[in-house]
Amino acid sequence: MVLNSATLPLPRNAVGWIKPTLFTAALLPLLWFIVAALGDALGANPIEAIVRGLGDWALRLLLLTLAVTPLRRLSGWGWIGQLRRMLGLYAFFYAMLHVLAYVVLDQFFDWTALGHDILKRPFITVGMVAFLILLALAVTSAKRLVKRLGGTRWKRLHSLIYPAAIAAVLHYAMMVKADLRNPLIYTALLALLLGCRVWHRLLYKPLESR
Amino acid sequence: MLIKKSADIEPSEITPESVYRSRRLFLGAAALGVAAAAGGALLLPRGARAVPPATFGTLPESRFNTDEKPTSYDDVTHYNNFYEFGTSKEDPARYAGSLITDPWSVSVDGEVEKPGKFALEDLLKPYALEDRIYRLRCVEAWSMVIPWVGFPLSALLKRFNPTSRAKFVQFTTLYDPEQMPGQRRDVLDWPYTEGLRIDEAMHPLTILAVGLYGRHLPNQNGAPLRLVVPWKYGFKSIKSIVHIRLVEQMPQTTWHEAGPGEYGFYSNVNPHVDHPRWSQRTERRIGTFFRRDTLMFNGYGDQVAHLYSGMDLRQWF
Repeated sequence: MVLNSATLPLPRNAVGWIKPTLFTAALLPLLWFIVAALGDALGANPIEAIVRGLGDWALRLLLLTLAVTPLRRLSGWGWIGQLRRMLGLYAFFYAMLHVLAYVVLDQFFDWTALGHDILKRPFITVGMVAFLILLALAVTSAKRLVKRLGGTRWKRLHSLIYPAAIAAVLHYAMMVKADLRNPLIYTALLALLLGCRVWHRLLYKPLESR
Repeated sequence: MLIKKSADIEPSEITPESVYRSRRLFLGAAALGVAAAAGGALLLPRGARAVPPATFGTLPESRFNTDEKPTSYDDVTHYNNFYEFGTSKEDPARYAGSLITDPWSVSVDGEVEKPGKFALEDLLKPYALEDRIYRLRCVEAWSMVIPWVGFPLSALLKRFNPTSRAKFVQFTTLYDPEQMPGQRRDVLDWPYTEGLRIDEAMHPLTILAVGLYGRHLPNQNGAPLRLVVPWKYGFKSIKSIVHIRLVEQMPQTTWHEAGPGEYGFYSNVNPHVDHPRWSQRTERRIGTFFRRDTLMFNGYGDQVAHLYSGMDLRQWF
């Protein structure tokens, strides 16, 4: 349901150009990493820069995905909801590249080391949990799967994005040596986005059930 | 045409280019894209930055020198952990310009017969500098090979006649948030302090460095005076030292205080004792693609293992 009765003015067909623009914009970080890698502009430790940079973008897109519903409710622009799946798939796309970069560039298929890392290092365990959830959500994101699973079950499954986002931010915070500033910024943003949902529930659930 | 390199090449003149060229090739392929090559010209490639001229001339080489290929000057001076100037690796090169290294003075006191505070040039005057090409292994599992310019710490300490109660040496970095903007945030408990046991401090491998690659230390590498202990994780090699104190008790050290379970007082490079959050079994040598095995005591076991005989290095990590 729409939160404000007075929707902000914006052409109804805005999604017609916003969606392709956003689609292209979300590819720019990847393009930048390719250009920078070819141009040797990623610093002394390009592998670390690529692994971390892709992780940053996965996290940013995950938060952007979670921002869709609160923005839709606040603005009253129903079409914003049409961006959610694309953004979520992009979050998964960057998370997958992040994991691939870790497996191929950082560890170069050293499966023993990878196994130890995933089982023994809590920050990698937590990151892997987040990735596996995103994988499950990406696989079940197609429209026909919504139908096959049934709306309620599909929704319940996809509410796993909340633990995935919490795990992703935790993964980042647990990796950092001493300077927690950036992980705390992500934590605050995630808390805000989850808080919006709690607030919405508290305000509207009682009304709806009445 | 065959191009010969002159034989009398100094560490200060080693061309590091091929190191990153091979990596660039691999990353280029790994990045899957060819389309973007044109855009690369817009970014500043590493190696495009100028290397300052050598200042120390030809120095005697040390018997401890490794013959491994030194990491490029650009990488050594643009990938640094020096939280006094920010917590990202690029921050020190970017912000360390605000550090004033001349005039600089160093206090030496505690359990010594002749304590005092000295202008840096007076402190350094008696010592002959040498090239020391050492491996450096960071606790974060990356490594470099760095041609330092320095002299043994033992020579300096002996001059002040340590007393029989001098069991440890504590080192302190400058504290001045005006010059060191990173100190305005309490990421660590400033000022940075480090310590060594007296036999570690007197070991011939332990040096005080004033330069690298035949040049004065850039600020981001710990100018004007820093410690280098090649068999320990890099954070033990404290930078921009203003105070050396000989003490009877094991001193407090900054990273140990920040994470007692993660960073021990000894912090000897040890592939068998993992950091709680990551493995120490392998490392990435900056400028190369494949990880390599980390060596016990960073490959200096023949020289230093006897210092720790009978010690359980899992307990005393």
